[in-house]
Amino acid sequence: MRKTITLVAVMLSSIALFAQPQAPQGGFPQGAPNAQRPQNAPRQAAVVPGQTPTSPKFEEYFEPVSTEFATPDEDGFIRRWVILEPIAKPNRSNTVFTDSYLREAFAKQYFKGQLSDVLPKDGRKEKVEVDVTPAPMGWVMPGQTVQQPEPKFEKRKLQWHAVDSKLFNVKLFRFAAGLQKDVYGVIFYMATVIECEEDIPNVRLAVGSNAGSMWWLNGEEALIMSSDRRMVMDDCMSGRITLKKGRNVLWGGIINGPGMSDACVRFVDESGNPVKNLKIYSK
Amino acid sequence: MKARIILIGALALVSASAAAQVGTPYIHDPSTVQECDGKYYTFGTGTNGIMSEDGWNWHTGAIRPHSGAAPDCIKIGDRYLVGFSATGGGLGGGHAGQILTMWNKTLDPTSPDFAYTEPIKVAESLVDEDCDAIDIGLFLDPNTGRLWCTFGTYFGFIRMCELDPQTGARKEGTKDINVAIDCEASDLIYHNGWYYLLGTHGTCCDGVNSTYNIVCGRSRNVTGPFIDNVGRDMVRGGGKMVAFNEGRKVGAGHFGRIVLEEGVEKTSFHWEADMDMSGRSTLAIRPLMWVNDWPVAGELFQEGTYAILSQRRSYSLELTVDFVRMAGSMRGFGRGSQDEPNIIIEDQKLEDVIGGWPEGDIDIRICDFMNRPHQKWDIVAVPEAGGYLGGPWFKIVISGTNRVLAATAEKEVISVPEFSGAPEQLWRIDQLIDGTYRIMPKEVPGTDEQLALISIADSTPTLGKFDFNSDNSKWFFKTTK
Repeated sequence: MRKTITLVAVMLSSIALFAQPQAPQGGFPQGAPNAQRPQNAPRQAAVVPGQTPTSPKFEEYFEPVSTEFATPDEDGFIRRWVILEPIAKPNRSNTVFTDSYLREAFAKQYFKGQLSDVLPKDGRKEKVEVDVTPAPMGWVMPGQTVQQPEPKFEKRKLQWHAVDSKLFNVKLFRFAAGLQKDVYGVIFYMATVIECEEDIPNVRLAVGSNAGSMWWLNGEEALIMSSDRRMVMDDCMSGRITLKKGRNVLWGGIINGPGMSDACVRFVDESGNPVKNLKIYSK
Repeated sequence: MKARIILIGALALVSASAAAQVGTPYIHDPSTVQECDGKYYTFGTGTNGIMSEDGWNWHTGAIRPHSGAAPDCIKIGDRYLVGFSATGGGLGGGHAGQILTMWNKTLDPTSPDFAYTEPIKVAESLVDEDCDAIDIGLFLDPNTGRLWCTFGTYFGFIRMCELDPQTGARKEGTKDINVAIDCEASDLIYHNGWYYLLGTHGTCCDGVNSTYNIVCGRSRNVTGPFIDNVGRDMVRGGGKMVAFNEGRKVGAGHFGRIVLEEGVEKTSFHWEADMDMSGRSTLAIRPLMWVNDWPVAGELFQEGTYAILSQRRSYSLELTVDFVRMAGSMRGFGRGSQDEPNIIIEDQKLEDVIGGWPEGDIDIRICDFMNRPHQKWDIVAVPEAGGYLGGPWFKIVISGTNRVLAATAEKEVISVPEFSGAPEQLWRIDQLIDGTYRIMPKEVPGTDEQLALISIADSTPTLGKFDFNSDNSKWFFKTTK
């Protein structure tokens, strides 16, 4: 029941968001110059009594990359990413996200350089074949047979955006909504470069994601998070891994049907403390 | 937590192999179990005592000279102080008694250092006074370093006096203090700002009809007054129950406390009669829990089929396999008639899903408990593997299969298709002082470290150092059908 209500609320808010002025094509959407920076976990109600509710704006969640490198935040979360606009992958429900489903979905080559050690440049566009098979929303009655629609694919141009998240978690739903892209039934790819002054052994990649996700460090699978997940800090961790001296490339793929999509990512040491002596690059 | 404990006790399948210490754990009036060079020792009334290499399988071999009644043993520095009593003859006999102490550098009779000092008298009772000086309890106050001795039985008072921790002799000028009445087998312990006096009430030495039980009172001062949970002073007979009958094990008496590490405690005592061991008096070792700062003896972990749930998030340890949806969609919200009769939805069965599981090793994770086959674990004692203090080694098996939980050289956990008996497939389960559990492999390949099953993340298990102060280190069990 809660999911239903959430879903309706999110749909309404996204309709309102789409009514806003067009975001510029390419580059970074222009927001209010003095947009309030939400802190780690926004605790302020979106709807203020007596005021007309407005949908959150892109710039409340993201800002352009303006420094050579970033560092993890005080809790170790990595906020600098280059993110591809969402790849359509219609799903009427998040309950399909088994391990097998994720592995198949993320095994597909959507664009050149996928999971490579070179990050896509900010503003680069990919021509991606996306699944646009309609995924009707709604309930399936007991005993009701759902007719599977004919699969339908089309090519779309999707763009990479280098961003710093203003929150500890990367609000992918707001990323998509702010760019006026698909918000439901989508795959997000995001990548970042982590530079270390020396080898840091026995750390773990700690991720929370909504919904399922897979993560690769330096070309190796580090973590898979199946099922209809909510984003929970430190929900899943990789095995013990080594962040090598120099450049490490981290990729994530997040898949979602209906509802919010976001992810929070950090590395923790053997004691569970955040690893913060890192430099984070978007290229 | 109490509900969980009761649930496990009431519903779990019981196996004789996991119900008691094994071997010949026959003893009456045992001293607190002490560890010496990796072996465990306890002494009883009469001569000698029993010992164990692993804490689970007990046999004769502990040596204590001078006979006498109801000894106690405490380690002070690198020596062991053993106390015992020379008694006048029990309830119907004379009541003149003597409490004596002696030292030994080791409890291992095969050690060249094994030699008891001459016993010295530290307390006594005369024939006609309100005390019978037997049943010594020794206590080293962790706050002051002072050594105390309690003694006495049903004939009058339990008394305490101070000893010299260097010599084991009665401290000059100390006077006996009456701290309880009409009980025996007293012992002092300290926990969280409280001193506890434990004593045994009920009828001793009547086999399966013995009503022996262990009670306690507590005080902020080492010398009392010791008050029970309803405000009665133990000198007026008060006492809150700590340990009592467990079905076929009858008559709990002669409490001892063993602190293995922070959060992991055991109590040793005897059953007056174990009905599965010819009604013999046998050694009991049980988890010791603290509930609202009162000690409570738990029970041995019982074999059965369980969900293993993290204290961190109450998620369930499971195989990393695809979640298989059950048939049937949501009811209600206008779907279906309210007048339809209810039908029983069958559980998902192993045969419904096992065909989709890999055949080799399968990773382990922690997820929402859904009562599904990949989350149901048979926890089964492995008698041939022996045990540890207070339990046998267990194998942890996906129910209906041979697939077992195993530790890896990478300090992670996986499941392997077959049980081989290898030490990384054997698990120790200790109930902690807060009622939750620690789960530890017997060995982790490639390391001598003692590691425990840990929730490193909500959904990710691993092996790591046990930390009682972290819910990451704790688990609980839920029975499944």
